[in-house]
Amino acid sequence: MERSAADKRRMTFSALGDTAVVVALGSGIDEAVLPRVRALAHLLGANRPAGIMDVVPAYATVTVFYEPGRLAANGPRPYEQVCRFIIDRARHLDSEAKKKTATAGRVMEIPVSYGGEYGPDLSEVARHCGLPVTEVMTLHAKADYLVHAIGFAPGFPYLGGLPAKLSTPRRPTPRGSVPAGSVGIGGAQTGVYPLSTPGGWQIIGRTPLALFRPGSAEPALLRVGDKVKFRAITPEEFARWK
Amino acid sequence: MEISVIRGGMLTTVQDLGRVGHRSAGVPLGGPMDPFALRMANLLVGNAADAAVLECTLLGPELVFSADTLIALGGAEFEGLAAWHPKVVSAGSRLKLGAARKGCRGYLAVAGGIDVPVVLGSRCTYVRAGLGGFKGRALRDGDVLPGVDVARRLKNHWQIDPRILPGYAEAGTVRVVRGAQLDEFGGALFAAEFKILPQSDRMGIRLGGAKLTRIGGATELVSSAVAPGTVQVPPDGQPIVLMADAQTLGGYPQAAQVISVDLPLMAQLQPGGRVKFTEVTLEQAQKLAYDREHVLALLHEGLAQKFQ
Repeated sequence: MERSAADKRRMTFSALGDTAVVVALGSGIDEAVLPRVRALAHLLGANRPAGIMDVVPAYATVTVFYEPGRLAANGPRPYEQVCRFIIDRARHLDSEAKKKTATAGRVMEIPVSYGGEYGPDLSEVARHCGLPVTEVMTLHAKADYLVHAIGFAPGFPYLGGLPAKLSTPRRPTPRGSVPAGSVGIGGAQTGVYPLSTPGGWQIIGRTPLALFRPGSAEPALLRVGDKVKFRAITPEEFARWK
Repeated sequence: MEISVIRGGMLTTVQDLGRVGHRSAGVPLGGPMDPFALRMANLLVGNAADAAVLECTLLGPELVFSADTLIALGGAEFEGLAAWHPKVVSAGSRLKLGAARKGCRGYLAVAGGIDVPVVLGSRCTYVRAGLGGFKGRALRDGDVLPGVDVARRLKNHWQIDPRILPGYAEAGTVRVVRGAQLDEFGGALFAAEFKILPQSDRMGIRLGGAKLTRIGGATELVSSAVAPGTVQVPPDGQPIVLMADAQTLGGYPQAAQVISVDLPLMAQLQPGGRVKFTEVTLEQAQKLAYDREHVLALLHEGLAQKFQ
């Protein structure tokens, strides 16, 4: 459906508790919204004033964290103060978003060993989607993905571009520990767990690549805006990987 | 100054006020589960509020200090050292913290702070990623922590007004503001009393005893930012209150958000403890946050003259 120009420019504000404002620039997973998300995060994150702690972009939202106790010293209603700060910084959003659209991200290849001990939920995903297991692997590896956000855990990429046929709900109860490198599906999203953490996504494979390197100057392997391709490898190739 | 760790305790980590500004790379804020207690403990030994301290959990550590120093414990009450009372310890003396008697987490501040390296802007430990703190992990028997040589003494005798301290309890009422999906759960969040499950950790406090059911079934949400205090509800209906080491983004429905000034109450509930939630407005929450900052600022000012 064609959206009007005004719709595309709309920002809606809501409170995430008493310490954050969530700015929605669209809804769902929408590649057209991503340049505006990246642009707004850039405009808000540069030279953060005192009391503004963090700016977190994700899919269709940018969340601004603040310290209510400190902002209250400037006057009443810290939430409204932060909303005004966002509106002020967003004046140049359109031109900044055009710049972000023009700059293409990198293409990153991620090797994955699907199924078996590395992908304990592959057969459950196949059952849910009504597809043979091999078809799930082929479809997942064939698609082009885009990094919409980094979050959940250090370096964890949320990828847009999962074929609709592979969409599978999260597990009813999150696992206490998902091994590092696990590739998962959560609803219409796919991603890779860089560290062993609790997690609720359906695990279909594992990569030997390190997506988070704490000692490195840029600890996250992927950046928002990168294009990602998965390549199926055998468990033997996985074992040989350094 | 060095601090020798004789016994590491159950889960003792170096924490400061957290890793601010790196959530866009997926790095959690981290820092103390009970930020009020950490800041207070620091003020009680004349430190800056964001100096690194030891967060002790349920069973405290046993430590030996290589030089005379000033220490203070904030937060939970542990056997072995009275909470909220600064104390001079002499070189070679041994401090043994036993079990937590009231509350769950204590903050042991040492004059000058724990001098571990700064990683991504903070000294706090994020165990899951092996980031920051002392070697990225909880303290173990035999570790030796770097301290700072500061000759700081208490000028005469004083103690803080206990009325400014939070009322930690085994069964508490915690105030929240509404979350984006609160209405999808009817009034269930406020009707039930929940139990703190033993699987709770620094990432999240898991609640049992009652389930929250989403009216109208499960639509999958696209992930957006979450934060310490977010009450999220996975499809099994058992709410999780995200805490200091919470992931930066999440996709489960958000029923509510614990207000800043009550996060310490949540942090101090022991496994097996009970909690009820009650709703306040955003304006009320922010007024309370402002009042708390005001108290801490006054205290900071007042204590400035109490050391020599």
